Amino acid sequence: MEKLVDTEDEAMLRDAARGFLDNFSPVSAFRKNRDEGRAFDPALWSEMGQMGWAGVLVGEGDGGSDMGHRAAGILCEEMGRTLTASPFISSAVIAATTLRAAGSDHLSSIATGETLYALAVDEGSKFAPSRTAMEARADGNAFRLTGAKAFVAEGSTANRLLVLARTSGSAGDEQGLTLFDIDASRAGIKQDSVETIDYRDFINLSFDNVEATGDDVVGDVDNGLAALAPGLRAGQAALAAELGGLSAGIAAITLGYLKERKQFGRHIGSFQVLQHRAAHLFAEIEVTTSAIAAAGRALDEGSENAALLSSLAKARATQTAKLAVMEGVQMHGGIGMTDEYDAGFFMKRARVGAEWLGDYGHHAAIVAAHRGL
Amino acid sequence: MSDNLESFRAEIAEWIAANLPADLKGIPHDEDAICWGGRNWVFKSDAQRDWLERCHGRGLTCPRWPTEYGGGGLSRAQEKVLRDEMVKAGAPSPLESFGIWMLGPALLHFGTDEQKATHLPDITAGKIRWCQGYSEPGAGSDLANVQTRAEDKGDHWLVNGQKIWTSYADKADKIFALVRTDRDAPKHLGISFMLIDMNTPGVTTKPIQLISGASPFCETFFDDVVVPKEGAIVGTQNRGWDVAKYLLTHEREMIGGGGGGLTAGSSLAEMIGTRDALVSEDPIFRAEAMQLEVDAMAFGLTMERYKDMAESGQGVGDASAMLKYYGTELNKRRHEIIMSARGLDALDWDDGAAAPWLRTKANSIEGGTSEVMLDIISKRVLELPSK
Ligand SMILES: Cc1cc2nc3c(=O)[nH]c(=O)nc-3n(C[C@H](O)[C@H](O)[C@H](O)COP(=O)(O)OP(=O)(O)OC[C@H]3O[C@@H](n4cnc5c(N)ncnc54)[C@H](O)[C@@H]3O)c2cc1C
Repeated sequence: MEKLVDTEDEAMLRDAARGFLDNFSPVSAFRKNRDEGRAFDPALWSEMGQMGWAGVLVGEGDGGSDMGHRAAGILCEEMGRTLTASPFISSAVIAATTLRAAGSDHLSSIATGETLYALAVDEGSKFAPSRTAMEARADGNAFRLTGAKAFVAEGSTANRLLVLARTSGSAGDEQGLTLFDIDASRAGIKQDSVETIDYRDFINLSFDNVEATGDDVVGDVDNGLAALAPGLRAGQAALAAELGGLSAGIAAITLGYLKERKQFGRHIGSFQVLQHRAAHLFAEIEVTTSAIAAAGRALDEGSENAALLSSLAKARATQTAKLAVMEGVQMHGGIGMTDEYDAGFFMKRARVGAEWLGDYGHHAAIVAAHRGL
Repeated sequence: MSDNLESFRAEIAEWIAANLPADLKGIPHDEDAICWGGRNWVFKSDAQRDWLERCHGRGLTCPRWPTEYGGGGLSRAQEKVLRDEMVKAGAPSPLESFGIWMLGPALLHFGTDEQKATHLPDITAGKIRWCQGYSEPGAGSDLANVQTRAEDKGDHWLVNGQKIWTSYADKADKIFALVRTDRDAPKHLGISFMLIDMNTPGVTTKPIQLISGASPFCETFFDDVVVPKEGAIVGTQNRGWDVAKYLLTHEREMIGGGGGGLTAGSSLAEMIGTRDALVSEDPIFRAEAMQLEVDAMAFGLTMERYKDMAESGQGVGDASAMLKYYGTELNKRRHEIIMSARGLDALDWDDGAAAPWLRTKANSIEGGTSEVMLDIISKRVLELPSK
């Protein structure tokens, strides 16, 4: 495996990303989006397209920058640090990876950022693709999709959807699922808005006899989970990176506060109990950072460990982010509970990140199974 | 159980059955359903008003307070029976307030007869709503550092300064505040516990929004506020710290009790609701939920044991810090489990699980942080050396 430290190129990318995000997308920009009722800033996204971020996983032949999964993870770590809201994971990571593996011709518009993809998989309250029940009934050469998808990230802004639906078998079967790549405006798709706690774009979708053709199928009919697997793994690794960055972000804010706030005539950061907890949090973040880096490397190298390491990263990052935001709020005292202060934003995004693309139990079970448990 | 208690049980069950308005039976125990009372209180329904009036008439808004102030004069054993029967009947609490939880117990202990007669009946009747003016921007954990000052102007005090995190200050009628009445004394010895009407000119409030969306706490400003001396100070002038601490032990038990297993209205399973098999079969969920139930039940019993100790004259004192610490951390765990069990559903504000989850994060901050509680336990209960 390539070393787990940033290469020279990666270090440059990280610096550039950090500089850009600190300037154009600090947490105050997230607050502004929230106050203005928009999930992300389209102008920022278009800049990200121009910088090659949207095409980070698209081949150069299709106009991408093809920087790879570790680079995508670095961007996610940096975006997580400032709670940058963008369709990056849905479109530039999950959709790009899925469609690239399937040899799709939609990649160039993903790379420019013009086409936005959303992933429509979840139906219940937990991530469980094999439990998909949405029906894709064969209708001549075409299919008719009927059912509901819950909590679709970027669901109201995306112009295309990757939809997992059942062409045979029943909910719970790994086989019999088919992945479709369809236009989001297709007749029969209805949006039902969700007020998500992290103020990002998630939506419920209902499908009533929506037409999909054989051309819309990604990979093979009845083998949709296999078609989706690369994209999911990449998405999980990227989301883990975002949560890792989020943890580092709130930890930095908290450390700053420990050095600034005084009670009993001393900096609260001089109380040993808080010092030790800050040090413990540092240790947890370091351990998680390694898993995130290894997942990115494994994906880039096409390693057989990629799925294991993506799950490891997602499991770790979920727990670390939970610790970081709880400590963050607690160590701030009253001010941490106020909407005016940013800590709450981190806490809410961490909860969404904990559930999306599989929770701790889901990923810990995968790791445990690999370890023979 | 004695015959007396059994006949009390029968009597109270019958009374509840006859008086609980049908509309209130079994309503959820959420924040919106609470009756806070006060001059500006708008009852959520006729049923809410009827229930308050009937309970007050029977002394049940403050069951253990003396009857002369509108309390029920019940023993602790009778109060337990009352609580059981209320839960059984699906009856909501008729009235909650900072007056009941905090000020009342302090007045009963430190107040003059006149102060008791003036304030307690208004608390039991739900006529006056109190708020707590302790914290200031520079006095949180270091509460004795309060700087809001009250100058002696002969027949009145002149109060200037600022409080922060004052829960419901914008809705309250009166405030009990810690003010500095002697600026030269060591910091614990120059504080007085003062009662101030929020309608007094110069008192203003500014709401602060919480991360859970609601806006229940405020900044409270005092600009040349004139407080007539008569009955203004509870306890001895400059010894307000004693009153403040006594009140805090009640507040801490109350906040800690929010995490109580036996006393909490709904079980974890009820709070989670019907769940996907994926959740109920997840070993991590099961382990966390099982541990929570074990801890919560034993903690509920601990609350009971401490109350029994208090009643039999064994002071609980500083150990109330343990109740506050344990109960609030437990409650935070409970809501983390609920959030993860409800999964994606709970990420929608409309689901209703997220706001209470976020609100519990304050439990280990308000009324003294967990760190301060652990400090009190280690220094005062365990008497660990400070050097
Ligand atoms: C929802 C809510 C409602 C509230 N309602 C009221 C109210 O009605 N009236 C009122 O007066 N106040 C109220 N408060 C204020 C509350 O009592 C204070 O927030 C609390 O005492 C902590 O003070 P602080 O916010 O200044 O935090 P700080 O004291 O600044 O604490 C910051 C961090 O430092 C830690 N710390 C401080 N000192 C030490 C130490 N010696 N050792 C180790 N760690 C330490 C704290 O534990 C905390 O983690 C409320 C607070 C909240 C969140």
